[in-house]
Amino acid sequence: MKKYNAFYSVPYVLWLLLFVIAPLLLIVYQSFFNINGQLTLSNYQTYFGSGTYLRMTFNSIWYAFIITLVTLLISYPTAYWLSQTRHKQLWLLLIILPTWINLLLKAYAFIGIFSQAGAANHFLEFIGLGSQQLLFTKTSFIFVAAYIEIPFMILPIFNAIDELNPSLINASRDLGATNWQTFSKVVFPLTLNGVKAGVQAVFIPSLSLFMLTRLIGGNKVITLGTAIEEHFLVTQNWGMGSTIGVVLIVAMVVIMFATGERRKKGGHRE
Amino acid sequence: MPNDPNKTAKIQGSVTIKLANTIIKFSGVNKRFGDTLALKQIDFELEQGKFYTLLGPSGCGKTTILRILAGFTDASAGTIEFKGQKINDLPANKRKINTVFQDYALFPHLNVYDNVAFGLVLKKTAKKVIQEKVLEALRLVQLSGYEDREISELSGGQQQRVAIARAIVNEPEVLLLDEPLSALDAKLRTAMQVELRQLQQRLGITFLFVTHDQGEALAMSDEIFVMNNGAILQQGDPVDIYDEPINHFVADFIGESNIVKGRMLADYQVEILGHQFECSDAGMRINEPVEVVLRPEDLVLTSIEKGKLTVTVDTQVFRGDIYEIMSHDAAGNEWLIHSVRKTTVGQQVGIYFEPEDIHVMRFGESEEDFDARLESYEDDDHEEV
Repeated sequence: MKKYNAFYSVPYVLWLLLFVIAPLLLIVYQSFFNINGQLTLSNYQTYFGSGTYLRMTFNSIWYAFIITLVTLLISYPTAYWLSQTRHKQLWLLLIILPTWINLLLKAYAFIGIFSQAGAANHFLEFIGLGSQQLLFTKTSFIFVAAYIEIPFMILPIFNAIDELNPSLINASRDLGATNWQTFSKVVFPLTLNGVKAGVQAVFIPSLSLFMLTRLIGGNKVITLGTAIEEHFLVTQNWGMGSTIGVVLIVAMVVIMFATGERRKKGGHRE
Repeated sequence: MPNDPNKTAKIQGSVTIKLANTIIKFSGVNKRFGDTLALKQIDFELEQGKFYTLLGPSGCGKTTILRILAGFTDASAGTIEFKGQKINDLPANKRKINTVFQDYALFPHLNVYDNVAFGLVLKKTAKKVIQEKVLEALRLVQLSGYEDREISELSGGQQQRVAIARAIVNEPEVLLLDEPLSALDAKLRTAMQVELRQLQQRLGITFLFVTHDQGEALAMSDEIFVMNNGAILQQGDPVDIYDEPINHFVADFIGESNIVKGRMLADYQVEILGHQFECSDAGMRINEPVEVVLRPEDLVLTSIEKGKLTVTVDTQVFRGDIYEIMSHDAAGNEWLIHSVRKTTVGQQVGIYFEPEDIHVMRFGESEEDFDARLESYEDDDHEEV
């Protein structure tokens, strides 16, 4: 049996080596070279020594935090409602559907919607608020990023709520809990793993968003993702780009450990 | 056993209690799920401090009654009263009723102590009082020292005890138990039956226990409600229900039975398989077709001459305490006999039984008529005494 298992894992291991391990090592390796190809620690000195990069790091984390928070506030009630409705599968499909469309296409669609003569401004004029500058603002950046990330937050939360043993809710009511107490003392703690998975799935990719920052945010928002893109494609300073990459990867690992938890057994339907 | 003086005393006794302490009353309760009627005209009363069992096969509506009483679902019609107050619209969290769930429904994110303390914490009870009560409840279910355990570290039997402790710590006036023993192994189940019964007597509160296991119901209850197809077929103490089943279903569901068709020739005279037998039933029409129940343990193996019926032995299985003998008579009816003596397969034997071992059941008799008929026998017995 063991031999067969090893055999079946060959494609995956190859994939892992070529497209995960090797690039990681290359990025780390690359980060120790300056723009002239000399082995040095100067990239890291620049990163941690200059206010620009630290501010950029703070910006990335701050925007990722806001995007995650907005997404969570919308997704939790949605997932809860979804678990209670009939036709769950249909609604779920409708929520997942946008994820099948290319990110770039969705971004361009929003450019149209938010532009001076777009649907959003038409609506604002119609309700008497008048035309506004919507595109290339921080708000529109957060809005579109949240729109794109929402399905990834809803799914794990929905799964956690759906797996919740309904007799736990009855038990809580039976013991005298109001609806709110049942939610705060039973439902939310028991679906926390879903929330954590959703936060991981949204926060980590949000750290390195770069295309939306340009297309929707109009470069008003500079994140680490934007910086990496600039270094690799514009300034050709691969060493500095890699250094930011390494910092970003370390940050992601830290977040993974912070939000990941040994799953407690129970609470799930048998 | 119509001439058992204890029984008469008990019935008279229970009548006096009934006047004093009704705690739960269902009147004309229906429950509709879509097109199906899950409960049909349910009427019953529960008295304070007694152990009641709803007994019936799965899907008979017993759990629905429990859920209506707990407040997890609404009745489609009828009223539910708690101490004379209508509680149809009272939400579950406001009822002085607690439930022990079939799957225990313990909170997996809380340890044993916090599970048991859950209800008290919600009521904003003082910390010290909570601690005293939780420890006392855990002591009652024999789980002292388990306060800090996680739920996942407990065995099924221990989880069950925590579930009971979590319910009784709130000092409910009625405790509902939804097949709480079904997940336990046979030995533990028997032990828990005794414990539950003792616990109920110590606490003095009303238990309403739901089960499909007739042995469990007989072992624990003061009163049993036998249910089928959304209706209560018979209510009575375990001995009554076992000895005087109202109809074929109850006779078959409670214990093992030999049921044959017969005909009432006159009061105290029934004809089975062409033979006339003396019996203890009366009040039926002459020549009324009836069904007759003979319990396997009431049948005694004897010689053909001494027997009241002659059967041929088909199989014989040793069960430790008894031999379980399957046999058939000339008309092809099967007869199950529990005998302490063994016999030989293939042999013709006689079976003997006493007149009071014959239990006559009328077709389609209502519980009211049935009770009235039984009571009239008891009056007869009284005169004899």
